[in-house]
Amino acid sequence: MEKTFARPRSLKTVPFRYCPGCGHSLIHRLIAECIDELGIREKVVGIAPVGCAVFSYDYFNFDILESAHGRPPAVATALKRVMPQKIIFSYQGDGDLAAIGTSEIIHAAARGENISVFFVNNANYGMTGGQMAPTTILGQRTTTTPGGRSAATEGYPLRVSELLATIEGASFIQRVSLDTYGEVTAAKSAISRAFRGQMEGRGFSLVEILSPCPTDWGFSPKASLEWIRTAMKKVYPTGVMKDRDKGI
Amino acid sequence: MRKKLLFKKGNEAIAEAAILAGCRFYAGYPITPQNEIPEYMARRMPEAGGVFIQAESEIASINMVYGASAAGVRAMTSSSSPGISLMQEAISFLAGAELPAVIVNIQRGGPGLGNITASQGDYFQAVKGGGHGDYRCLVYSPFNLQESWDLTMLAFDKADEYRIPVMLLGDGVIGQMMEPFRPTKYVRPRLPKKDWIVNGCKGRAPRVIRSLCMGPGELEQKNYDLCKKYDAIRKKEVIFDEHNVDDAGLVVVAFGVAARIALSAVKELREQGRKVGLFRPVTLFPFPEKRIAEMARKGKRFMVVEMNAGQMVEDVRLAVSGASGVTFYGRPGGVVFTPEELYKKIKAEYSRKK
Repeated sequence: MEKTFARPRSLKTVPFRYCPGCGHSLIHRLIAECIDELGIREKVVGIAPVGCAVFSYDYFNFDILESAHGRPPAVATALKRVMPQKIIFSYQGDGDLAAIGTSEIIHAAARGENISVFFVNNANYGMTGGQMAPTTILGQRTTTTPGGRSAATEGYPLRVSELLATIEGASFIQRVSLDTYGEVTAAKSAISRAFRGQMEGRGFSLVEILSPCPTDWGFSPKASLEWIRTAMKKVYPTGVMKDRDKGI
Repeated sequence: MRKKLLFKKGNEAIAEAAILAGCRFYAGYPITPQNEIPEYMARRMPEAGGVFIQAESEIASINMVYGASAAGVRAMTSSSSPGISLMQEAISFLAGAELPAVIVNIQRGGPGLGNITASQGDYFQAVKGGGHGDYRCLVYSPFNLQESWDLTMLAFDKADEYRIPVMLLGDGVIGQMMEPFRPTKYVRPRLPKKDWIVNGCKGRAPRVIRSLCMGPGELEQKNYDLCKKYDAIRKKEVIFDEHNVDDAGLVVVAFGVAARIALSAVKELREQGRKVGLFRPVTLFPFPEKRIAEMARKGKRFMVVEMNAGQMVEDVRLAVSGASGVTFYGRPGGVVFTPEELYKKIKAEYSRKK
């Protein structure tokens, strides 16, 4: 019988140790599938962030460079500039990219660096135990907003994709989600598109992925997907924010 | 045939020496008094087939160096004191990930925004770590442009040999002055193959470059491995320079530009028959502690002269370890002392009853 579903070559044969229902393992798999399908595994260098996904080097079966918190876009810039034929991606969470690393991501986009960025938005700091992130939505309870995030004291959630879409150097920006099968399929297409854009020399691309964090949200995996659908997507609508080729 | 000399500004000498030593990646951010380095690199690096990036901050600059180095390219950044402070986290990461890099600090007065004149106020930061964790940088301190040239080239070799960040610790005078020097040719030594770089896993197993060590005992072992490296550096890489110390009763200890000014004063005192010598550490880590201890055992007294409020003097005292007297004269806040000033101070110390 023909085997139609197997572990991608770009993933090591080890079980994921992320929390049950966490989005990271699914996103890792989508990235690995795209890399396999594009035949670029031996050309890829990925950048592991600080946060839960620092352990991505335990799972990805290709070269990985760890980076300081927030700095992957600077590290990726250099990797790509000195090895223009290789495929460079950074994998960053919302603390990493939307808080401490805002300077690096904005300027990598402004320079139009030919890199792909996968931005995992789970509306909190997962690894450190669920503190408020810049992407935490109003009213959301976290360990540092025990009464729920209030605009009066903690300000408003940061819409990274919309912000970066205003930058001329960015070529492709899309926000996707993991809450339904259809959205997961769209997420994979966007990831693939980001890699293909880089292979064709189109410049900076970023895919923001709304991703469940059941442990820190205090919901079941199923309820977490429901919360993305009913609460997160109201603040962070999915869709293509920028596509230079299509004039969006 | 007469040897051809180069006449260049200090910052440009460092930049050109880096290119000739095979530096093919430079990222930097404007800050006085080192701006000629990025400006020179912007022109020269593309000619050499390398990459120049004006980064959005010193933090980005040093993290770009981290990325280029991980790809196996000789990489450098430069800055001045406040900018070097911003880089400390990444310098610790370079040490932890065992990545070679060259960092040039053309020091200015501090603390805080300080001023833009020459200073030696970053000795502690350069020599004692600066960033978090147990690590060291090899630190070179040039006192003229010949040394700026030669030590820049050496810095790249030693960074690759030991897989460590190496710092060239200059100052506003070293960066801004012009003087002739011999443009020594770069000769590449035999160095270990870079079989650790991340450049795509074609034909080999995937590699990971990281400094996170979460396994039981893993980080402690890593630290012991780093210590072995630093011990080897202490054994093999000490460089110092001496003038008339053999019969000297008083040895002036100074590094960088302070040593150059002190040398004028010491020479003048010698001409008057006063038995004063100069001892100049060229490597600040590793510190030439053995030689200082040896001189202390012979009963020589020491006067440490620095353009700061007293930093290297602590290492001299540790080396002397009570075997002899150590005094200090310094000017903090970006003040460059004059030879006359040092002449008077050293003469007074020499004449002082023990």
